[in-house]
Amino acid sequence: MNRLLTLPKRLVFGDRKPTTHIAVTSLLLAALCCIWIYPFLWMISTSLKTTAEIFMGTGLIPESAVVENYSRAWTEAHMGSYFINTVLVTVGSLIIVTICTSLLGYVLGRYPFRGKSLLIGAFVATVFIPQGFTIIPIFEMLSFLGLSTSLWGLTLATSGHAMTIYVLLFAGYFKQLPDELEDAAIVDGVSFFKTFWYVMLPLARPIVVTVIIMQVLHAWNDFLLPLVITLANPAIRTLSVGIYAFKGEQSIDWSGMAAASTISVLPIVLLFIVLQRYFINGLAGAVKG
Amino acid sequence: MSNLRRNPRALYLAMVPGLVLAGMFTFYPILAAGYYALYDWSGFNSPRIFVGLDNFTRLLSDPFFWGAFKRSLIFLLGTVPLQMFISLWLAVLLNNQMLKLSNVFRTLIFLPVVTPVAVIGIVWTFLLSPFNGPINGLLLDLGLVTRPIDFLGSSSTVMPSLVMVYVWKWLGLTMIYWLAALQTVPDDVYEAAKLDNCKGGRLLLLIVFPIIRPFALVIFLISAVGALNVFPLIMSMTNGGPFFSSEVIEIFIYRSAFATAEGTRTQLGYAAAAGVLFGLLIMMLTLLQAFISRHSGKSR
Repeated sequence: MNRLLTLPKRLVFGDRKPTTHIAVTSLLLAALCCIWIYPFLWMISTSLKTTAEIFMGTGLIPESAVVENYSRAWTEAHMGSYFINTVLVTVGSLIIVTICTSLLGYVLGRYPFRGKSLLIGAFVATVFIPQGFTIIPIFEMLSFLGLSTSLWGLTLATSGHAMTIYVLLFAGYFKQLPDELEDAAIVDGVSFFKTFWYVMLPLARPIVVTVIIMQVLHAWNDFLLPLVITLANPAIRTLSVGIYAFKGEQSIDWSGMAAASTISVLPIVLLFIVLQRYFINGLAGAVKG
Repeated sequence: MSNLRRNPRALYLAMVPGLVLAGMFTFYPILAAGYYALYDWSGFNSPRIFVGLDNFTRLLSDPFFWGAFKRSLIFLLGTVPLQMFISLWLAVLLNNQMLKLSNVFRTLIFLPVVTPVAVIGIVWTFLLSPFNGPINGLLLDLGLVTRPIDFLGSSSTVMPSLVMVYVWKWLGLTMIYWLAALQTVPDDVYEAAKLDNCKGGRLLLLIVFPIIRPFALVIFLISAVGALNVFPLIMSMTNGGPFFSSEVIEIFIYRSAFATAEGTRTQLGYAAAAGVLFGLLIMMLTLLQAFISRHSGKSR
């Protein structure tokens, strides 16, 4: 802990004694750590308790780990199938988004054509529009396609809804790449799509990683769209909607709900911890872009 | 830009999938929302009746709309400054290479960002619960309160509670953005400041902040838009209750469109108009704010 307290010299306020400043700062940081980690510890601990135990006290260590909560959440609350739905939607939208936005961003970033600045302006204008405002036409569009109660529809809408920012990220990145590689490919007579796939896309790896991470977070977190689409078809609920519904139906079953929550948090958190470096750099890249 | 030319057909072909997708789920919905706002339309299978600006005049006299508008603004003003300042402070601390544990800390702060909102809503509902909730337990043990506070169940505490949970969830992301901005400040700037004996708050305010100001604007925009996108969190914690006291605009739109309350009918045109009107009001406020700050003589 003590090493956490070594503050840089340049942050020490001139007229105050460094030591008190360091002590106050470290105390604050420690308190923040507790506030940030406690809900997660509480969730895991509650998921291993019996209902009686939950209402007796608020100790963090469960008496005996009740794994039965998990099987109840997995089967009775359908968390198992919701989990599979979420993975399908996430992976499907990842593939669609990466291919569509990288190609579009590539052309927008590197080739002049009539109306290009207008198109880019349109993309910029839509980045900041909240989802709630367009949910009705989106739902209608899916109904028109006959996909308003299917996983396919959810995957398509999840892809198409958040993609404008990705297009801009790709366009900005491709724009500043040097021309030589591409020119060499043209002189050698390599086709456009081959050049893109073998030369340009590998060069844009940092943006690909950023987009993948942003889209995974988006798909795993999305709530309004899956809620609306699964209103008529509970079988295709995603984890977010499933947990929300669980709360509505079983407001007494704290341990089951905590288990269901843990199930939907663990994969994404583990993914984050393993790929932490990419996450942080990727998201940081979004601001720099 | 290269002066060698590609076959234009391939270029247009490459743009098609992206444009179709964006057209279907981004551009069309925005235009359509504006179009539906002019119609009385009570359900996906019923006819649309053109009513012009009728929806808008009704909205302007609808206390529920204005209540939701006000709460969206309160949420914005409550979360954005908190989020920006706390995360900037943390980023400045963690930006220092000597902090051995800064990675661990960064990971901890970032955990809620990758946790699905619905889960966060549920966990915090329990944490804040007046029946055996751990936070009330702690307050009782410390003797700060004599009986449990119903954080999410009383209209005076529900919005502050939601603001706190929201900031708790998103702080990590804002912090990462600030860190990315701080990385762009060259080391010799710090060296020079040291020579001039410029430290602490003054160093931040006078030297570091002007360098990262363009980032600050982007971060502010991202945070502000995020604070208008609070539907999932509020929905999973309070459903807009108790008695509409946490109903923000998005919840209002959802309720109008999908008739989640008893005895109401679905009003899709009305809901679309609410979205358009809110967007216009926000834009007007932004322009007004820009106008005032330009003419208030705050030239630096």
